[in-house]
Amino acid sequence: MTDLSETMPPPSAASAAPAAEPRAPWRPSTGLLCALPMLLLLGLGFLAPLLIVAVYSFMPRGTFSLTGAPTFENYVDIVAQNFHISFLWSIWLALLTTVILMAVCWPLAVSIKRVSPSKALLLTVLIVAPLFVAENIRLQGWSLFLDRAGLLDGALRSTVGLSTGSLTANVPAVVFGMAYIYLPFMLFPMMLGLSNVPPAAVEAAQDLGASRWQQFRDIELPLAAPGLVIGALLVFVISLGAFSESKFLGKGVIVTVSEDIESAFTFGQNWPRGSALSVLVIVLAGAAAFVGLRRLDLDSMLGRK
Amino acid sequence: MARRSLPDRLRSAWLWIVVTILYLPLVAVGLASLSESRFFIFPIRKYSLKWYEESFSSLQIRDALWTSVALAAAVGVIATVLAVFGALAYARHDWTGKGWYQQIVLAPIFFPQSVLGLALQLWFNTLGLDMTWHASVFAHLVWIAPIVTMVIAIQAYGYDASVEEAARDLGATRWMVFKDVTFPLLWPGVFSGLLFAVLLSWGNFPLSYFTSGADVTAPEWLYGKMIGGYTPMVPALGFLSVVAGGLVLAIGMAIQARLSRRA
Repeated sequence: MTDLSETMPPPSAASAAPAAEPRAPWRPSTGLLCALPMLLLLGLGFLAPLLIVAVYSFMPRGTFSLTGAPTFENYVDIVAQNFHISFLWSIWLALLTTVILMAVCWPLAVSIKRVSPSKALLLTVLIVAPLFVAENIRLQGWSLFLDRAGLLDGALRSTVGLSTGSLTANVPAVVFGMAYIYLPFMLFPMMLGLSNVPPAAVEAAQDLGASRWQQFRDIELPLAAPGLVIGALLVFVISLGAFSESKFLGKGVIVTVSEDIESAFTFGQNWPRGSALSVLVIVLAGAAAFVGLRRLDLDSMLGRK
Repeated sequence: MARRSLPDRLRSAWLWIVVTILYLPLVAVGLASLSESRFFIFPIRKYSLKWYEESFSSLQIRDALWTSVALAAAVGVIATVLAVFGALAYARHDWTGKGWYQQIVLAPIFFPQSVLGLALQLWFNTLGLDMTWHASVFAHLVWIAPIVTMVIAIQAYGYDASVEEAARDLGATRWMVFKDVTFPLLWPGVFSGLLFAVLLSWGNFPLSYFTSGADVTAPEWLYGKMIGGYTPMVPALGFLSVVAGGLVLAIGMAIQARLSRRA
């Protein structure tokens, strides 16, 4: 309790920072002063925890402290005990989700761009709102919808006498759940990207006789690419950690890496193994984000309106 | 009225189909909460509010809701304060190290939350901290403060910075410039950011799950019951949580609309 307040950057410091007028010859820039509370938060709440995970991953099996002699045995165990399978599943599901959402969201982004601003606002709110409902509630809803005697099966049975049986407990249901949960994370960056396509450019191409496909390939896609890249990265990285979808819609047909990590920390009581698996995820997520984001000029993307 | 082409019409049909699909599970949750039977079977034979009554009288659920409210309120306020300054550093000022800073702020957003939750659990444990919902406030902040920063940064990119310079030239101190010029200009973004922070915290499961220790938020209570055995109180509390979130969103947007009309 008391310790925690020390690790949290007190908000009062944040508001006091810009007021301080240091007399010292070196005067920190306003930008740095403003960034300080956030840097403190992320240093203590993001970088430090990841570092601890990395250190734990080199501790001997089943230890609960950081004093053991460093070893690679946890990484060897991952392959020897087939824990890499869940990791590969997660990568595959994340890739599938990303590709599916690119195809699903592109027409959505295009048509939201064409409607009137007030309608676009309404649609945006309608699409954002489900994000504020815990994902396990929404997935439970899908389970109630798709299970045997659920909404779909029951409605079909009582009207036309057909039964779908249970549509959950399979891999497509997991992928569907992931695409459902992560849709806004693809759509909004895509919309941001598309807002950088001047309508005049598309019209000019049309006037010059470009086909729809040519307009898409040569004008819209390259100009909207930064948004697409952000969306794809975001979805890929976040869905690497997918956890509830396989539980509620897959009902155990596959195990994702996050589930393995969780069980290593809970009933498995093997923190170093959980840490080693986490390190794999962190490295992959970090590499994807780093490579993708380095090429983008966020200032001009967000600033241009 | 101009006639719309076929692809346009198909696209707009697709749009409404997807929006409908987004809400289907919430409809299912709502219906399931109204069914009297212990297990959900559709079509519903008998409707009843008894599971809501049971939910309201459950002390566990009351505790969980209370924890969620306190968590969302604390995260909302602290994240917004941090993000106002974070956004100014992100969008408004030019300073050495800004490029790095912009990437670091994005990092927690581009990160699987379950792994972040576990990393924080390990870190708190190493520090020897007691894990309660206070720890979850911190965990939520790591993810939510950067998101709010981006929301406010978009506002900060959009305003004319020369007003601040004018104020400074007229002798205003840094603090006066912030209070009387910058903050009022940022306000619409700040309010949206606050709304986002409260709602995202309200609906978060993975970060709370790994960091709240013995305290239980509403999404955690639901998760426990979903794993441990279905009870119709799950859809009842789930739907209540959806309605509460929807109300906050609607009230927030109404306030936002009034503010922008006055401005």
